[in-house]
Amino acid sequence: MAIFIQQIVNGLQLGLVYALIALGYTMVYGIIKLINFAHGDVFMVGAFVGFFGYTVTKLPWPVALVIAMVTCAAIGVLNERLVYRPLRYAAKISALISAIGASFFLEYFCSLNFIFGPNYISVTLPLKVITWIIDGVRITNVQVIILVTVVVFLTLLQLLIFRTKLGAAMRTVSFDHDAARLMGVDVDKTISFTFAVGSGLAGIGGVLFGFAYPEIWTFLGVMTGLKAFIAAVLGGIGLIPGAVLGALIMGQVEIMTAAYVSSQARDAVAFAILIIVLLIRPSGILGRNEPEKI
Amino acid sequence: MDKNKQVILALVGVVVLYIILKALIMTGVLGPYWQIILNYALIYVIGGLGLSIIYGFTGQFSLGHAAFVGIGAYSAGLFAITFSHYGAWGSLGSLVVGIVCAGVVGYLIGVPILRLKSDYLGIATLGFNFIVYDGLQNSDKLFPAMGGAQGMTGVPQFQTFEWYFVAAVLVVILARNFVFSTHGRACTAIRENETAANVVGVSPARTKIMAFTIGCALAGLAGALYCHNYPYLNPDSFSFLESINYLIVVVLGGLGSLAGTVITAVGWAFLLELLRLVLGPFYAFRGVIYALILIVVIIVRSQGIFGGMEAPFLVPQIGRRKPRAIVGS
Amino acid sequence: MPLLEVKNLGINFGGLRAVNKFDLDIERGEIVAIIGPNGAGKTTVFNMLSGYYTPTDGTITFKGKPLNGLQPFQIAQHGIARTFQNIRLFPQISVLDNVRIGLHPRAGYSLVDSILRTPRFRAKEAELTDRALDLLATFGLEDKANIKASSLPYGAQRRLEIARAQAVQPDLLLLDEPAAGMNPSEVQQMVELVRFVKEKFNLTVLLIEHQMGLVMNLCERLVVMDFGEIIACGLPQEVRDNPKVLEAYLGRGAVT
Repeated sequence: MAIFIQQIVNGLQLGLVYALIALGYTMVYGIIKLINFAHGDVFMVGAFVGFFGYTVTKLPWPVALVIAMVTCAAIGVLNERLVYRPLRYAAKISALISAIGASFFLEYFCSLNFIFGPNYISVTLPLKVITWIIDGVRITNVQVIILVTVVVFLTLLQLLIFRTKLGAAMRTVSFDHDAARLMGVDVDKTISFTFAVGSGLAGIGGVLFGFAYPEIWTFLGVMTGLKAFIAAVLGGIGLIPGAVLGALIMGQVEIMTAAYVSSQARDAVAFAILIIVLLIRPSGILGRNEPEKI
Repeated sequence: MDKNKQVILALVGVVVLYIILKALIMTGVLGPYWQIILNYALIYVIGGLGLSIIYGFTGQFSLGHAAFVGIGAYSAGLFAITFSHYGAWGSLGSLVVGIVCAGVVGYLIGVPILRLKSDYLGIATLGFNFIVYDGLQNSDKLFPAMGGAQGMTGVPQFQTFEWYFVAAVLVVILARNFVFSTHGRACTAIRENETAANVVGVSPARTKIMAFTIGCALAGLAGALYCHNYPYLNPDSFSFLESINYLIVVVLGGLGSLAGTVITAVGWAFLLELLRLVLGPFYAFRGVIYALILIVVIIVRSQGIFGGMEAPFLVPQIGRRKPRAIVGS
Repeated sequence: MPLLEVKNLGINFGGLRAVNKFDLDIERGEIVAIIGPNGAGKTTVFNMLSGYYTPTDGTITFKGKPLNGLQPFQIAQHGIARTFQNIRLFPQISVLDNVRIGLHPRAGYSLVDSILRTPRFRAKEAELTDRALDLLATFGLEDKANIKASSLPYGAQRRLEIARAQAVQPDLLLLDEPAAGMNPSEVQQMVELVRFVKEKFNLTVLLIEHQMGLVMNLCERLVVMDFGEIIACGLPQEVRDNPKVLEAYLGRGAVT
């Protein structure tokens, strides 16, 4: 029993990190219907910036976290300006291809020797790991930090979206660009802001990932990002609660498969579940399937 | 220009192209290394046309095309190893096996999955790609010959350029014949407006499954040829990143353009190697430049390099056979 | 026996009753219009007739055969064709191919025939193309055969959509607001076109329209819907003088 609960805790830890990344995918998809392929790579940059922050420059880790967040937000905005905006009114697939290009660019650029280099880097944690054992279940202070950070930022995000003018603008734009423009919403600015928020959250996710799984490299964002994206789809893409729900399920599925089936099958099982869920609910668990209007 | 003349010119063009390439190979300008790249480019043409039929013409978003190339490669490879004592017949048979296996799996997956639309379909096919990839990684547990993560070796090799060239030309002709027929038009109708296609009597489910099966079968042929071009088969060659490459070829080529897919497939296959040649000491920048080329091209030509264009000799002539009916009489 | 028999048709969307107790018989050769205010459920009836929505209850019988549970493409092959309120062509392909797609179910050659370009393919494809060109000629679009459908002017797009529906060789043609967005002279042309097509192809027509000029001019019988139900039906004159109809259009209290 203790082992099972331990797996749930581990799955929760992974799911929480996925949640921070999945939010960015879902927000961007909600507002411009684009699979932001480069988002996982922004998350990777966050992991590196945070790591260099608290090791090389010896900043306290919360400061490094904020720096990573700001850096990632800036990259997200820049990415939108330079790579996606020129294609906003082109076919969706063209924007997806340029997103793939942006993703490759970030990966290969960061792999250059004078940036982060192509190798795996072991993360030295900026804080002493304290482990509590409760009824045979090990819980670390890192896990608590992850949980608290995610809850805090989720709350802030909810407040931002439902209690502020910018949030109202985001909701309007995601509903209809032209209607939003007619109502005096600055659509470009709102989209940039959405990218900033989503990318900032991914930056935090990157730093926390480094704490939880202390080995990072420049292609980290490919699989992790993809799984976070899948999580967002699983929950119902475009919906913030859906992203969190999907991420938590994804975390549990992966850890449970690794523990009880086969660690090599963890991706396959996660994706098989995704396909089955989509066949039953084509718009994800929380997504509403709206029939086409004729 | 007269249509028959165009077709004859196209055939002459194919022969001339063959003679030029053959001459380059014979004189050693294209060494064994470049020959393999050339074969690879032709394999890309075949697989790319498969995805072109699925996505470019029928509009069914697939992010898992490499999975079917992989299924073709491994099934053909296993067959070729098993029947290697039949020589060329074993190899030829392996091509059929690759086509059939990928086609059948494509059909079986397509039936449930093609009910999904646009991005969701893309994600489901992507998921399928991962399942196949994990399966190949662990394949040695079922068939030790498949080698699992270590990769499969021992497939009889034939890097004879003619095989690849003939296969690619045949596939271009078959794809063209398919696209310019009522079945191909049904596919285009589904891409353009599924609701309208349905209402004029085109079954969306049947049409999509047909296109998907044909596209996957072509991917299978590409895979089957692949396993004879490289002595070492590795699951990584069929990961979702390879599916992304196929998608890039089809989109950059221009959706719904056969010639665009063919030219872009060859260009894309050679691009990385050319970068290697051109960059020399700055080779580390290869990936960055590759990414920048991708971004710039799609921004400059968002409808694809050859979007909305088709090589004239591929388009059949349209004309009346019988004189115009008298209206309203 | 009527060509189309609709009995007690009804459909729910979630908790909403969109169409209720809809009955309609149409005889061969009639032109019937469904009119009514926006949101009355007219297009919903069309969508059930063409198989897009599955009715919650009721039956649709066409040429003596029940249509319930059939897919749109099967209903098309049974002989019901339709157009859409917001034109739905295949925009990126040629005008000719738009019509040739309508001929797909009757193409008469297989996938293998087309891939191998067999003699059967050549014969049937040429025949199919001739038929498509004839249709285009009938609708005055033959000289536009090779241009993209999306580059046709609006009126021509409406005509092409009807031409494509004709390719299905229907017995019953459903037209959803064929004159929407047209000026009076274009409306008059549309009236003539519908009449001409009906005569030439021996059709039965059911149409939805807001342009009363067209309706009064063209139709032998009207069905008026409001809030998902039929509130009146009969000859144009009768319907026009029906107080219930005036009420539906002008609002309650306007008539008394």
